[in-house]
Amino acid sequence: MSETRGGLPPILSVRGLKLHYFTSKGVVRALDGIDFDLAPGQTLGLVGESGCGKTTTGTALLGMPSPPGKIVSGSIVLGGRELVGMPDRELRREIRWSGISMVFQGAMNCLTPVYTIRALMAETWREHALSARANGAPSEGGSDAPRPAGAKNAKPDGEALEALMRKYVRLVGLSESVLDRYPHELSGGMKQRVVIAMALFLEPKVVVMDEPTTALDVIVQAQILNLIKSLRKELGLSYIFITHDLATEAEIADRIMVMYAGKMAELGSSEEIFGGSPAHPYTEKLLASTPRLHRRVSELAFIPGAPPDLVSPPPGCRFAPRCSFARRKCAEAEPPATDLGGGHLVACWKAVEDPEYERS
Amino acid sequence: MSAPEAPARAAAPPSDSIAAERADILSVRGLRKEFVSRRGSARVRAVDGISFDLRRGEILGLVGESGCGKTTTGKLVMRLIEPSSGSIVVDGLDTAGMGREEDFAYRRRVQMIFQDPYASMNPHFKVRDVLEEPLLIHGIGRSKAERMEIVERALEMVKMTPVSEFIDRHPHMLSGGQRQRVATARTLILSPRIIVADEPVSMIDLSTRAEILRLMKAIQSDLGLSFIYITHDISTARYFADRIAVMYLGRIVEIGTQDEVIDRPIHPYTRALIEAVCEPEPGRVDTLRDLKIKGEVPEAADIPSGCRFRTRCLFATEECARLSEPELEDAGDGHYHACRRWKEI
Repeated sequence: MSETRGGLPPILSVRGLKLHYFTSKGVVRALDGIDFDLAPGQTLGLVGESGCGKTTTGTALLGMPSPPGKIVSGSIVLGGRELVGMPDRELRREIRWSGISMVFQGAMNCLTPVYTIRALMAETWREHALSARANGAPSEGGSDAPRPAGAKNAKPDGEALEALMRKYVRLVGLSESVLDRYPHELSGGMKQRVVIAMALFLEPKVVVMDEPTTALDVIVQAQILNLIKSLRKELGLSYIFITHDLATEAEIADRIMVMYAGKMAELGSSEEIFGGSPAHPYTEKLLASTPRLHRRVSELAFIPGAPPDLVSPPPGCRFAPRCSFARRKCAEAEPPATDLGGGHLVACWKAVEDPEYERS
Repeated sequence: MSAPEAPARAAAPPSDSIAAERADILSVRGLRKEFVSRRGSARVRAVDGISFDLRRGEILGLVGESGCGKTTTGKLVMRLIEPSSGSIVVDGLDTAGMGREEDFAYRRRVQMIFQDPYASMNPHFKVRDVLEEPLLIHGIGRSKAERMEIVERALEMVKMTPVSEFIDRHPHMLSGGQRQRVATARTLILSPRIIVADEPVSMIDLSTRAEILRLMKAIQSDLGLSFIYITHDISTARYFADRIAVMYLGRIVEIGTQDEVIDRPIHPYTRALIEAVCEPEPGRVDTLRDLKIKGEVPEAADIPSGCRFRTRCLFATEECARLSEPELEDAGDGHYHACRRWKEI
């Protein structure tokens, strides 16, 4: 897995990543050993139900797990640099936003209402662009000096910043005058475009998109997906695209990782996942429970029960309690990720035709 | 109020014959709801003259984007808000000018399932209290024991079995799917004839969403209920509904059987809506969607003249702005649409 399928070395490599939440009720093993590679210019989709660990993966990649979460082990290598264990100041100045950025779920509704879009973007710049920008960023008195109080009211940092903001606002299909407007003056679709511009204008190579279309109406949703696709091509970006909606993944992702209860269930190409023969029973059931617009489905499938409590997940396969194919082996031993060929990975005893499973 | 301002044309003949009254359990004619902003400066025509019929035992999907008036329509049918004009006739009975007593009886016949089952339940109540409350309000059951019997039957109907396992739980001890089943049981407990379901599955996780849809469909067909299914998700409407009405900016722009509307959409708005929907099929990653629509939805306080869709329509001509608002017309087989240029585009 050191090379991705296209033969290019991955821009992002994740190995054995574990992120746990240390709550008063116990340790929630939200992300419990995840591996994947992202090739340059590709989109990896993370899909699964709420609580499966997809957003947790996104926050881990930016080195900012929400409290009380902590990365407990594993490795995240972005462009050759190990992010796990990197001091926070270094992460903030050299990685976040300039190396990897994120469109947070619902961010369009969290734009500070009293600032113009220009002020909001300038703030992002000041927060993350101190040392990484060579092209015209102002030097600040010693990189270790605390930021001056009242930095929020400081003037935007010169023409280079203004040019960059204008460029990216146009790139996301808005007019430059948007920079002078306040969030409440914009429609939902426009706000989401602003949020995307804010994630892109420090020119990161990898962007994590967390449910960027979920709260939008269906036509606006399609417009934003079109935009995200064209930007990838135009700017040579790589995406981690997080959503609970399989149909959206089919629209955007080259490869899809189906997650369940903090683990990978299946990882494959769009063709392997959506082409009619997914390998994992969970993937298969999710697909069969998705209503289709252009196909009359007489009966939708569903998965009985609910995902497990991640404080004390079941031994063996975490999906076994809800799986109609589960046998004794599934409850006893955890299935490892197995390559079915060409990088199509599955973690399921049945899918790999395990002889002990067959006998049990 | 009995004289509708819009001619009774829509999806059924005027209900002046007994036969028609039997076929339709609900008839809506020229229904309007106008909200006036607090300062009185803006008048928002949230529902702007809609007419439709709900047949007995039918599921009618009311589909559209946010702000199209679908939820307001549901609230009007529920009589949670008063219409500005137009009529709602249920089982031959005009709801206009209903007194308190009649209103009370009406609520037993028409019930609602809300989007967020958590927000619609008192967190201090146990499941048994949630379900007993409507019985107490409507004076059903002479004793506690009798009421509990009804509660248990309702829980069985929504497959919350064994009942003893769930009846003493609080809402927060239930999963999203279980909560929505309790909400469904509460709706059914008064034996209504019409159910208005407003986005009943949009907050439920994917793996259980289908379970709730299937359950509601089974109950609907077992009890012969009539449903108004309000949703932004046209794919679930295809699965769940018999007929689909597409709303845009307070009007119905197209209505017909789900096959007709989805496989042979006529109105340019319906076409754009359908083109925008993603399907879980491979091979779309490198193509952009060709969305035949421009601009953004205008404010409901500022509805365009003539055809209200014309500002977003790629096929609009000067006529579409100048002539009066297009009414629904029949393209055959009860497939109605509101586009003058439908034959040319």
